[in-house]
Amino acid sequence: MSHAPQPLGEPVVRREGREKVTGTARYAAEHHPAGLLYGRIVPATVASGRITAIRTADALAVPGVHTVLTHENAPRIEEPDDPVLAVLQNTRVPHRGWPVALVVAESLEAARAGAEAVRVEYDSADHDTVLTWDHPGMYTPEKANGGYPAVRERGDAEAALAEAPVTVDATYTLGGLHNHPMEPHASSARWADGHLSVHDSSQGSTTVRDTLGQALGLGDDEVTVVSEHVGGGFGSKGTPRPQVVLAAMAARLTGQPVQVSVPRRYMPALVGHRAPTVQRVRLGADRDGTLRVVSHEIATHTSRIKEFVEQAAVPARIMYASPHSSTVHRVVPLDVPSPSWMRAPGEASGMYALESAMDELACALGIDPVELRLRNEPATEPDSGRPFSSRGLAGCLNEGARRFGWYERDPRPAARQEGRLLLGTGVASATYPVLLSPSAASAHVAPDGLYTVRVNATDIGTGARTVLAQIAAAALGTPQDNVTIEIGSSDLPFGSVAGGSSGTASWGTAVHKAATALVRRLAEGGTVPPEGVTVTADTEEEASQDSPYSRHAFGAHFAEVAVDSLTGEVRVRRMLGVFAAGRILNARTARSQFIGGMVMGLGMALTEGSTMDPVYGDFTERDLASYHVPACADVTDLQAHWIDEDDHHLNPMGSKGIGEIGIVGTAAAIGNAVRHATGARLRSLPLTPDKLLPYL
Amino acid sequence: MDTIAWRDVTDAGEPPPSDDRSTFTLHINGSDRKLTLDHRTTLLDALREHLGLTGAKKGCDHGQCGACTVLVDGRRVNSCLLLAVAQEGAHITTIEGLADGDRLHPLQEAFLERDALQCGYCTPGQICSALGMLDEAADGSPSYVTEPGTAAAGGPVPLDAEEIRERMSGNLCRCGAYPRIVEAIEDVAP
Ligand code: FES
Ligand code: FES
Repeated sequence: MSHAPQPLGEPVVRREGREKVTGTARYAAEHHPAGLLYGRIVPATVASGRITAIRTADALAVPGVHTVLTHENAPRIEEPDDPVLAVLQNTRVPHRGWPVALVVAESLEAARAGAEAVRVEYDSADHDTVLTWDHPGMYTPEKANGGYPAVRERGDAEAALAEAPVTVDATYTLGGLHNHPMEPHASSARWADGHLSVHDSSQGSTTVRDTLGQALGLGDDEVTVVSEHVGGGFGSKGTPRPQVVLAAMAARLTGQPVQVSVPRRYMPALVGHRAPTVQRVRLGADRDGTLRVVSHEIATHTSRIKEFVEQAAVPARIMYASPHSSTVHRVVPLDVPSPSWMRAPGEASGMYALESAMDELACALGIDPVELRLRNEPATEPDSGRPFSSRGLAGCLNEGARRFGWYERDPRPAARQEGRLLLGTGVASATYPVLLSPSAASAHVAPDGLYTVRVNATDIGTGARTVLAQIAAAALGTPQDNVTIEIGSSDLPFGSVAGGSSGTASWGTAVHKAATALVRRLAEGGTVPPEGVTVTADTEEEASQDSPYSRHAFGAHFAEVAVDSLTGEVRVRRMLGVFAAGRILNARTARSQFIGGMVMGLGMALTEGSTMDPVYGDFTERDLASYHVPACADVTDLQAHWIDEDDHHLNPMGSKGIGEIGIVGTAAAIGNAVRHATGARLRSLPLTPDKLLPYL
Repeated sequence: MDTIAWRDVTDAGEPPPSDDRSTFTLHINGSDRKLTLDHRTTLLDALREHLGLTGAKKGCDHGQCGACTVLVDGRRVNSCLLLAVAQEGAHITTIEGLADGDRLHPLQEAFLERDALQCGYCTPGQICSALGMLDEAADGSPSYVTEPGTAAAGGPVPLDAEEIRERMSGNLCRCGAYPRIVEAIEDVAP
């Protein structure tokens, strides 16, 4: 046990690590109260239409089946803000996989057999599930996800493109992508004495509590939602999902606790996905590489029930200096599941296209791609004109190039061979905005000098408990062992969602504020009474203030690939990321997050592909046997480094978010390396052998 | 913080044997557990729903992810693919059986020290898989990447990072902890 206060940044071991390596950490589907029932979702088997009949007699006859919830008998709920939660309320089927019934049974086996036995008849309508650039239903929305304006224009992009001495005009196509956290979405719900208690696999249980309360007509004090350990989310658990509403409904109807887990292959339809995009990027530059114009246009899809627009053109607004710019999002509603957040929504897909186009421009100009990016560093944010609070892109590019040995490369394509392998290297930039959401925290000191800090943060694998204890201990001037941290319940002071790489900043600001207020209170003197002293604080004010600065994390990825000229297989030999994300608060857990993002980016580049079947009207690759997330053998030499930034315009900790930037730009760096290795520029992901072989 | 701790009830009031249910014994982590279960119950569901051993995780229920990995008679298996009733008499080791009281197994120590986990959902499966894998290599089982002739017949296969990566590829980690999982296993491998 250490006795001196530790400075922020120490590589402290995860607080809940021991529970996780011994298997004692309990996740949402791992609570087993007396009388527990299991709910099994019955998914719609048409892509569009109406239910005309649901026959449940056979299901009810299955031994162990307790009840079957359908739109005919399910409790009515207040219309939720998020239409994906309005399940079993009417006959409409907006997409294949939509829940049309929930079979509730005494065992998992009976629930599954019961679900198989439910007969549903539909009046099915023609469906349309295929995104195309010029789809007639395409429109320009007002805003894209994150509240960004869908369209921004600066100068005259078209005229500038017509006049630019060198131009790139390229269209990139990305299919849908699936979050697939290892823990499937699950909820266990129980009603007792008029109080609804729920264990939910969620990135933010305050939001789940508020949503359930609104839907079921309950007050804040009548619902408790706990998300103690969460097996990943990557955005898909950032909003409440249908299983929590179904579990609560079934528990109310049966009077018994009910657990509902979403089977893996139902997840793509029910928990959101990264929407497919078709992206046209046009760049115009002088012969020395100075950009005159950046134009980035997005076409994407949303569902029939909700507008979600992947904000893929947003990063182009801040990346590079150019007098002229046009960034436009268009969207078409289709008979598809509702898209939503997946790790770095907008940035991950948009930066694939923009950073590939920058590589194309570098090739067209014969300028080194690192150098091209350095030449276009803006003095202020191109879109808003605001100064950057800090901008570490150049530092990351230079440091990464040095560590990677970038300049040893022969810039000519297909110049390096090792037997039948073609070798190449590629680079891409990364960026992610600094976000802050309001949160509250309390800090308590007991007469024995031990502290308890409470905030409804959620640890989805980030190490939130650990870093918040570090922040609290530093502010309190006490060793971390003296601080108990309580997170993961909606009964705690409200916390924002673990998303948008904003968790540590948002909860940490509240924790810091409560802790420093407690220190001030104690400095006033007097003894601590037997019940201790508690101070609470919230950050509504801090979060509502618009910063005069443009605040972003930046990074640079470098990749070396080997392409098998006979099979078309691409292997990443080396991957190196350098990030500038403010102050790193825990070197151990931060490195894991950066690496984790890069691994997911590697999947986006090489293995993860989801195709929309136009006939069947659903994603074809719905499980882990067909949707290939990277496996251990896919990840060889992968390193993450960072440049410490001393930025006083962020928050009391001086930190920027780190959960998402690792995935941003990764796929472009790998694609650019494949181009360098082979000379083939593929403009769609993933880079599978079937796409590459024709060029080899 | 779990503000709604529910009292867990397991194997209480199980219905008696019938055409669809049998009574059998599993030897789990050194103790004998008598169960009467539905024949359709997988070993994974027996552990999680009937024995309160939720360390083995359900990531896919279809043998695609490895989160449910446990050891059956010393060999690593996907417990979601085995029917519990068919394991009558088998010796089963789960993540809960690895530590010696408060003393963690060296693999558990290494995973903690290397931060070879984030959300922790794949972790019990990774650790059980690593344990089985170390034995397989010690017993001389080659992998796809083992150069013929590396190991003397019947002798152990040396485990470098490439061998570990190949042999651990049945255990998916969506948090992407792979580089550190490999380091952790290297720390323990002979
Ligand atoms: S749960 Fe058994 S392999 Fe995925
Ligand atoms: S630690 Fe989250 S899936 Fe491996």
